[in-house]
Amino acid sequence: MWNYLLRRILIAIPSLMGISLVLFIVLALAPGDPFSELTTNPNVPPEVAASLRAKFGLDDPILVRYWRWLLAMIHGDWGFSFASRVNVDQLILQRLPATLFVVGASQLLALAIAIPVGVIAASRPYSLFDQVANTFAFVGFSLPTFFTGLVLILVFSVQLDWLPFVFRSDIAATGWRWYWENVRQAIMPVSVLALFQASSMTRFVRSAVLDVIRLDYVTTARAKGLGEGVVIRKHVVRNALIPVVTLVALQMPAVFGGAIVTEQIFRVPGIGSLLITAILANDTPVVMSVTFVFACLVVLSNLIADILYGWLDPRIKFN
Amino acid sequence: MASQRVFSPWREAWRRFRRHRLAVFSLVLLAAIVFAVLFGKWLWPVAIDEIDFTARLARPSLAHPFGTDDLGQDLLARMIYGGRISLAVGLAAMLVALSVGTLVGAIAGMSRSWISGGLMWLTDLFLSLPSLPLLLLIIYLFREQLKAVFGLELGIFIMIVAVIGGLRWMPVARLVRAQFLSLREKEFVEAARALGASRFRQVTRHILPNALGPVIVAGTIDVAAAIIQESTLSFLGLGFPPDVPTWGRLLYDAKDYLDFAPHFALIPGAAIFLTVLSINFIGDGLRDALDPRRVQ
Repeated sequence: MWNYLLRRILIAIPSLMGISLVLFIVLALAPGDPFSELTTNPNVPPEVAASLRAKFGLDDPILVRYWRWLLAMIHGDWGFSFASRVNVDQLILQRLPATLFVVGASQLLALAIAIPVGVIAASRPYSLFDQVANTFAFVGFSLPTFFTGLVLILVFSVQLDWLPFVFRSDIAATGWRWYWENVRQAIMPVSVLALFQASSMTRFVRSAVLDVIRLDYVTTARAKGLGEGVVIRKHVVRNALIPVVTLVALQMPAVFGGAIVTEQIFRVPGIGSLLITAILANDTPVVMSVTFVFACLVVLSNLIADILYGWLDPRIKFN
Repeated sequence: MASQRVFSPWREAWRRFRRHRLAVFSLVLLAAIVFAVLFGKWLWPVAIDEIDFTARLARPSLAHPFGTDDLGQDLLARMIYGGRISLAVGLAAMLVALSVGTLVGAIAGMSRSWISGGLMWLTDLFLSLPSLPLLLLIIYLFREQLKAVFGLELGIFIMIVAVIGGLRWMPVARLVRAQFLSLREKEFVEAARALGASRFRQVTRHILPNALGPVIVAGTIDVAAAIIQESTLSFLGLGFPPDVPTWGRLLYDAKDYLDFAPHFALIPGAAIFLTVLSINFIGDGLRDALDPRRVQ
């Protein structure tokens, strides 16, 4: 088991390096650098500008610069935000919990919807329930998150006035009231993301269950006289959900994309809205670091899925 | 049997496609949307930038069937104009994704050396890139330069298409490679090889046509995904400039007037939703039609 774990982690490192290299190359290919203004400034002699460039290593080969950047990132030196006047790592640490909370809660809610619906749909294929669920799944992933978000705001905040549409991190309340306010303001962002996720997950669960339900061991379980509920719960679902783990992990890039949009609509103070603000304020260190953090989160979720997969499926050998 | 009529594969596919009622209905709906977007300019000849402050945020009426926006500009005319761009971005990005994906998948599927493994590693790497943040990063970094070279609209169009397509080729590459791996060992390819067909001919005449079905399905769904991504960018205010009213951009402008002009947001939102939904259903119908394993 530990061996398997270690190997998975060692596989994740090159892909993180690859992603960071892609990001760095994109940045290096982009026109303009921190010193490009110096060359147009008549008060700065060209020699001074050139020596400054040399001093900060801007003329070195790209791989050397990448290595230096990578070392700084590993050491926790993520740069300084021009717009917010604090260190980038502090800024991200401040914003990360809100994003993780919204993404995590929406994934749980999506699973809570998708697993029962997918299992029921697959145990009665082509029934009315299956067709309705399938149509809803199509509607769900054809609805862009920004539109669902606006419609929810329109219905629940503007028309009914039940829920607040601006997410606040400074709620002036204590005890239960504080928790209640936090839940209330999280309902809309979480359900927007969850609806989008649940629709594609339902289809994954349905096809995974359909693959398993025809296998011989399921017939055997029925032949033994087990009730349909036990067959489905203990024999079918447990095996069917193993590939779903991987499919859910593959969806993570899309989930974080959706999180950026939702955070922007509901003004959730997470790293997604931080990215948009930083882009609009030309705050390059923050933009780079947040993109890198998103990449790390994606790789991390793939890693967790791999480990879960190995734990759930004893057929996978650990050696 | 001489009396039995012979159907071409395409005709057979069309017969299977017609059985999917929602897909046929979606095809009609999409055709209507495409028609409206292409020819609406002549059917509804109203300028998209005619500002009329006396009719700000007007509800739908006879003079303005879709109402007006915050500057009193006619929303129907802007929807027609924006739809052209949204659909064009979707189609062009799909073509980019399919070309890159087919090329990478074909090379990986035909090569028996380390190239195959390397390309698949690259594919997996791209699959774990967070596409929206990367899209935003690239647009942030390159916007100014492309604007200078190609002009405002064309520059942003090229960039958005290239970036969306360039981040969506991976599923196609995997699909094509998997198809190639099984097809290249089939007897008919071996026969072609034995007859001395060059590698290029084997691929283009024998393998690729047989691998096309799933690629067409993936391409259809890619159009929908690209339309959503372009709208997302415009919605975040980072896509096309404000004077180019794509559907996502209209939503971005509308979101501050939700309380007194809900039609302003609902109409472009519904247009994106209906277009994407119909394309997805058509993709589902094509999957039934083009997958020979699902003979009914």
